[in-house]
Amino acid sequence: MPQFLSLREAVATHVRDGMGIALEGFTHLIPFAAGHEIIRQRKRDLTLIRMTPDLIYDQLIGMGCVRRLIFSWGGNPGVGSLHRLRDAVEQAWPRPLELEEHSHAAMANAYHAGAAGMPCAIFKGYYGSDLVGANPNIRFVTCPFTGQQLAAVPALRPDLAIIHGQRADREGNVLIEGITGVQKEVVLASRHALITVEEIVDDLRQPSPNSTVLPHWTVTAIAEVPGGARPSYAHGYYGRDNAFYTAWDAIAREREAFLAWMDAHVLIGEAAQ
Amino acid sequence: MSYTAQEMMAVTAARALTNDDVCFVGIGAPSQACNLARLTHAPQLTLIYESGTIGTRPDVLPLSIGDPELCTTARCTVSVPELFQYWLQGGRISVGFLGGAQLDKFANINSSVVGPYARPKVRLPGGGGAPEIVAHCRQTYVVMPQSCRSFVERVDFVTSFGFGEGGDHRTRLGLHTAGPTLIITDLCMMEPDLLTKELTVTALHPGVTRDQVQANTAWALRFAPELSVTAPPTTAELSVLRDLVNRTAHAHGIVSA
Repeated sequence: MPQFLSLREAVATHVRDGMGIALEGFTHLIPFAAGHEIIRQRKRDLTLIRMTPDLIYDQLIGMGCVRRLIFSWGGNPGVGSLHRLRDAVEQAWPRPLELEEHSHAAMANAYHAGAAGMPCAIFKGYYGSDLVGANPNIRFVTCPFTGQQLAAVPALRPDLAIIHGQRADREGNVLIEGITGVQKEVVLASRHALITVEEIVDDLRQPSPNSTVLPHWTVTAIAEVPGGARPSYAHGYYGRDNAFYTAWDAIAREREAFLAWMDAHVLIGEAAQ
Repeated sequence: MSYTAQEMMAVTAARALTNDDVCFVGIGAPSQACNLARLTHAPQLTLIYESGTIGTRPDVLPLSIGDPELCTTARCTVSVPELFQYWLQGGRISVGFLGGAQLDKFANINSSVVGPYARPKVRLPGGGGAPEIVAHCRQTYVVMPQSCRSFVERVDFVTSFGFGEGGDHRTRLGLHTAGPTLIITDLCMMEPDLLTKELTVTALHPGVTRDQVQANTAWALRFAPELSVTAPPTTAELSVLRDLVNRTAHAHGIVSA
């Protein structure tokens, strides 16, 4: 049975400097609150893994928590660049950031391989792409049956998966619904899984026998954090704050404005706790 | 009815899609064109976004590829690994519709870096789904505004392979899909030459000259011998597009211009 912890305890217990951590959520159910807690606890030298780094990784990178990023699309969707990510890559501010760049297909397959206990993922991809030369973790194998050249990338096996779900029951079974992205795969691929949920309930009320439920014995720790995905969203609970995503462009463009915003909106929680 | 070059681009891009298409939709200009097609001449068009939403019919344009409305209006929503494995790699998708930061004369797309990869002048977001979209969709359309900065002789970095060095380069890599068969810009349409695969201007938008297109392209362009002129947007196309854009701005809390 998972531990039921406060978010602060959960991050203090399970996030350590230098770990490889995947905070996943494909636009939907992005675990913002957990990311903010990592920033408040000043974790350092993390290898962060995520298909679409989004605003939460922009914040973690800008606050100096991250040494290395494994990703496949690092922008503010529909808006433009992630300015903190760019500043780290282009100007090494606040510290240099190593990149391991993939395509979405590669990352999705690599999580799938991690969950399936495979050493690597094999798929049809990266044809003619310069990513092959830029990333030594992209290689090719020959199909023993057909002789076809197939792309191979190492399975992703994060030390810790962090996701946000709709709800958990008191045994610790977790329901996620809507756009489920790679969340099931990342939980099953990782050594440990920390899940924040909108609510903890007596009855999970799973809408269908085919619902995506992570059984309690796949989950390490659960923290109840209503609104824990904002400004991303939780299907059935609240919508995506597209106006904030648009506003982030101006907030994150300059270092001072970014730091002031983080101070006022994220670090402020330090005192409260 | 007067219209902007952007609207011309959106309408032209929308017209390329048919009711029978199953389309993998990129965010931004592609998403606008695909939904315009669905709301005008192609109501049965199937739209798929990389968040796993299949057969989605959003009332407003999503800001991201995973906005809530994409899921609530979808025929079904699958996981991201399933989407890339069964649906894209499995060959179920007829058209990939992409935008891009930089495109070259053989329709290779750069969405990774401007300048050297290790020390980039500009770090761009990256390829996302595009490298495999161009590989596995039966064909790919690209919609992007034209300028010398974006239409270059050779991209700094090939994130997504179009025709490589041209000719039979795709086939030599074992690719059997058609690749980028149509480029729609705010000035013209381009298609690859049948043999060399070099992008060739096949149609100019109304009022646009060859010189104008050349002035916004960083390589010496080829023009098709029988160059056509795109039909201007109809009143119906424009009104559906403007309604869609206004509804979207309103829904996202962005003040309409």
